[in-house]
Amino acid sequence: MIPTLDATFAALADPTRRALLARLAREEATVMELAQPFSMSQPAISRHLKVLEEAGLILRRVDGTRRPCRLAPGGVAAIDQWLDMLRQALARNYDRLDQVLAEMTPTTNPKRKSP
Amino acid sequence: MSAPLTLVIEGDRHVVITRHFAAPPELVWRAHTEAAIVQKWVLGPDGWTMPVCVCEARPGGKIHYEWSNGKGGGFSLTGEFVSLTPFSRIEHVERMHLPATTPDNHIVTTFAPDGAGTLMTMRMELPNEEARTAMLASGMDKGMEISYARLENMIQAGAL
Repeated sequence: MIPTLDATFAALADPTRRALLARLAREEATVMELAQPFSMSQPAISRHLKVLEEAGLILRRVDGTRRPCRLAPGGVAAIDQWLDMLRQALARNYDRLDQVLAEMTPTTNPKRKSP
Repeated sequence: MSAPLTLVIEGDRHVVITRHFAAPPELVWRAHTEAAIVQKWVLGPDGWTMPVCVCEARPGGKIHYEWSNGKGGGFSLTGEFVSLTPFSRIEHVERMHLPATTPDNHIVTTFAPDGAGTLMTMRMELPNEEARTAMLASGMDKGMEISYARLENMIQAGAL
């Protein structure tokens, strides 16, 4: 399943989930370890992790009875790539404005259209 | 040749964008307040045009932009000017119609002399963090380059 950008951003729109990502960016951790600093139950944390997993932001692996989570590099990279495309698209506006400003001079009035 | 642009997320509710222009504040101001000029550059990616551009630069004046890609695709923005101080400050509110309407974005834009040019600073205030995230996700809409710290770094720094 390829998570949609909407799902990814929706997953990131929650402060608890961002805090979980911040924690996982440092190191792999289990649900129990993740629940410790939060005043939330393990099932509540599990639900957040499920959202993050479905959004492609974290991965889980099996280690005996443990199911440690870690950051999915691809998930964040996908957003990053998208933002990069966005940056390039939007950069066009200010480049265009540079051009428009270069064609204006402080003393002339706005250009009138010739008939 | 493009001047660098910065985008900083401030607290839960503000996004601050800065960009230098090689023209005096008066010209940059006009480029933001005269419809005929706005129409030339607030276009986003290549291939888009702005067939409708209403920009009534006075307190209470209407803003209405409509974009088209010439292939049936389009979206629009509406807003109102709140206050204007010629050549130095614009305060306005805007929202996108995609067609779903995005939350109001309250924006203060200032133009300050910067060497022979102008430093533009845009400070956007959003109703809440979710709306801000939604706005960033929908593309900032307004023709701004998002010079981003890498998202991963921001997550790691807990700044996002």
